[in-house]
Amino acid sequence: MSAVVDTHAHGHHDHHGGYGGIMRWITTTNHKDIGTLYLWFSFIMFSVGGLMAVGIRMELFSPGLQVMDPDFFNQLTTMHGLIMVFGAIMPVFVGFANWQIPMMIGAPDMAFARLNNWSFWLLPFAATLLVLSFFMPGGAPGVGWTMYAPLTVQMGIGMDLTIFAVHILGMSSILGSINIITTILNMRAPGMTLMKMPLFVWTWLITAYLLVAAMPVLAGAVTMTLTDRHFGTSFFNAAGGGDPVLYQHVFWFFGHPEVYIIALPGFGVISQVIPAFSRKPLFGYASMVYATSAIAIISFIVWAHHMYTVGMPVTGQLFFMYATMLVAVPTGVKVFNWVATMWKGSLTFETPMLFACGFLFMFTLGGFTGLVLSLVPIDIQVHDTYYVVAHFHYVMVAGALFAAFAGIYFWIPKWTGHMYNETLGKIHFWLTLVFFNMIFFVQHFLGLAGMPRRIPDYPLMFETWNKISSLGAFGMGLAQLLFLYVVIDCIRKGAPAPQKPWEGADSLEWTHLPTPVPYHTFETPPVVK
Amino acid sequence: MRGTRIVSVLAGLAGLAASGAAHAIAWYFQTPVSGIARDIDQLHQVIMWLIIVIFVGVFGFMFWACYAHRKSKGHRAEQFHENTTVEILWTVIPALILVIIAWPVTKTVIAQKDTAAPELTIKVTGYQWKWGYDYLRGEGEGISFVSMLATPREQIEGGARKGENYLLEVDNEMVVPVGKKIRVIVTAADVIHAWWVPAFGAKQDAIPGFLRDTWFRVDRPGTYRGQCTELCGKEHGFMPIVVRAVPAEDYTKWVGERKQAMAAVAEDPSKTWKVDELVARGEKVYAANCVACHQASGRGAPPAFPPLAGSKVVNGPEPGQIDVVLNGRPNTAMQAFGKQLSDTDIAAVITFTRKSWGNKASEVQPAEVKARRK
Repeated sequence: MSAVVDTHAHGHHDHHGGYGGIMRWITTTNHKDIGTLYLWFSFIMFSVGGLMAVGIRMELFSPGLQVMDPDFFNQLTTMHGLIMVFGAIMPVFVGFANWQIPMMIGAPDMAFARLNNWSFWLLPFAATLLVLSFFMPGGAPGVGWTMYAPLTVQMGIGMDLTIFAVHILGMSSILGSINIITTILNMRAPGMTLMKMPLFVWTWLITAYLLVAAMPVLAGAVTMTLTDRHFGTSFFNAAGGGDPVLYQHVFWFFGHPEVYIIALPGFGVISQVIPAFSRKPLFGYASMVYATSAIAIISFIVWAHHMYTVGMPVTGQLFFMYATMLVAVPTGVKVFNWVATMWKGSLTFETPMLFACGFLFMFTLGGFTGLVLSLVPIDIQVHDTYYVVAHFHYVMVAGALFAAFAGIYFWIPKWTGHMYNETLGKIHFWLTLVFFNMIFFVQHFLGLAGMPRRIPDYPLMFETWNKISSLGAFGMGLAQLLFLYVVIDCIRKGAPAPQKPWEGADSLEWTHLPTPVPYHTFETPPVVK
Repeated sequence: MRGTRIVSVLAGLAGLAASGAAHAIAWYFQTPVSGIARDIDQLHQVIMWLIIVIFVGVFGFMFWACYAHRKSKGHRAEQFHENTTVEILWTVIPALILVIIAWPVTKTVIAQKDTAAPELTIKVTGYQWKWGYDYLRGEGEGISFVSMLATPREQIEGGARKGENYLLEVDNEMVVPVGKKIRVIVTAADVIHAWWVPAFGAKQDAIPGFLRDTWFRVDRPGTYRGQCTELCGKEHGFMPIVVRAVPAEDYTKWVGERKQAMAAVAEDPSKTWKVDELVARGEKVYAANCVACHQASGRGAPPAFPPLAGSKVVNGPEPGQIDVVLNGRPNTAMQAFGKQLSDTDIAAVITFTRKSWGNKASEVQPAEVKARRK
């Protein structure tokens, strides 16, 4: 995307080091270049993970085994999950962070520019390891993205590649987060107090703390898996004095904050987009900050709600149930604030706003099914069924992915200097919305009726919903090709964008910086009143 | 290959409309037949209505704003951005609603956990990929059997029409009396499985090396079907649970029959069998226990599932192979069949593998198996 910035070079601002071509991208320490790298990387991984999802849905189109054997099916579900979570959704928001945080707080770049380069360039290696595992003897691990012990012990060498990939991904996230925290706390423009920061910056500050706290725990969990596999440590083996459930506790202690690591930056994007297209300041800014912090803190004490069926003591179940129900309160506050921001505004519905409204509507639906799942008795009934699959896809896809789309359409004029094609953007939104619901809404029914997740074949009474879901998946995949076209079309021949294409946008990148944004910005910090 | 796939997709599309008629479309909980399952159903309905009301309320505001407060209708934005009273209200009211919900839910959680004073206790063991049932205490004590998928491979692979209970049928059903409190102790032999019967509202993870329990009391006679719900490897989708609940007198009858059958099956392990008899019997044992991994061709799916054709172990000395079958291989899907199969069955299946797919090793008699048992 910033190749375009390159062609619009003017003035001394726009040099980028001594290299051109591919070496520019390998050696770059510029936050905008690195943001671009993150965004393209995540799109590539989104496509790879999406293809795997299409494979899964092909097998599930009809009862019986038609397309693949169950082993390969398990490998696909595992890698689809890992790639989408670590390769697509997390990097896309780090891409936003890189592009936007320095511009939004009036800083010239990220605090640790070389570390920033390294954080990104770890990712392609990790992704390569993940994909390579398919070509190892025995293939990729077929254990689910949660990698529960002791099934992991039965896997081939692909499991080890995956473990190393997770280590590298975690390292990248931790380094990136240290960078983001340092940038936000030390490099704000004069006058930009914490409580004047755009909410996107706030959500990333909190997310970065979550990452620093949670990722090492995941590294611990997979390291124990590795030593159980090869060095006979028996952390998760009862015969050696260990406990398989210990893995789940450690994993979900990471895994639940991870949910908010994915969701919070999306909340931040939405909190920029909705006020801009409502032409009205964000309602309850302070309570948004407090609600986000509250969600982050609570996220560390709810992990075992993923484990209601392992057989915890009743007091444990009740504690985790009450704590989980509590999440609904700050989350509700956020939704109410967004709706109140729209209330009595002056609304227009360009593509970013459409995605923001789609986010609001369907993320809330995912939040409500989360409330249903927080209740132990109901969760025990639908645990590990398609109800859970539907729930977390509403949160991850209609939540995080829609927020990412909203953000891309919102900021792409600033990044590229060009407007995207509004009609095609809107078509992309409507297609994505319809096909998304076609895939996942019916999965609530499948789960309630009793279809377990991660099965390659199913009883006949589940056929109709699975057919609808599969057709939706094929449509959703095709709709994303349109998105790719819109982005390339925007970069290549979009109409020139004005400095502030959105009437209601008011953060520094719109008010202080020209479009397209120069390669180096805010070498002299702006003064914020 | 590709052609047939496209045809099957098209046929599927055509079938989409018809499939609704062919099979009832399941979209909600199975009819509950235990008190807990009924509680779950009621809680779910209450919370769904609550959610729908709140959802419609909140998004009523959003859609009204989308409709009435548009720039294209000339609406001018007001600039308010906080209101402490409203903000406190929409923090406190949801919290109160949650407290009200929590009360009945807590009662159900406590009831679900109360496995005390059962009238019948059954241990359920998850294996890759079947369930073992041991009646531990109460009427039927001592009954023990393994329950496996009964759907033929041809139906799964598309060679035969799929039956009504496709993937939900087993060779040996778990049989319980209606109206009695039944405690299920759940464990596993290899990896984590989960035992679930939706109509009972009972689901419990089966954790290798640990005992966990749950309970149910069935109101109505009938056959209730569920599936394993924790990913447990290749055949995770193919290890259903079928429970037949019968009136007390039928249960007593079943216990009698089962005990007689078990006594009849108890064969003399010192009997010497003919090779042909062993191979014929072994082929059946192989089809039931081994074929999912080692394949009908004996070629397996290396490296996870090694081939038996030409295998060093299978063509090697007898004690080596007997030990593997009896005790399994740690950290692989090869389980310890010593606990599941009789000496005769193990001798038969070993002999079958040693005489098939070009293997030419000596036969194994039940007495040799018995001698290797620890």
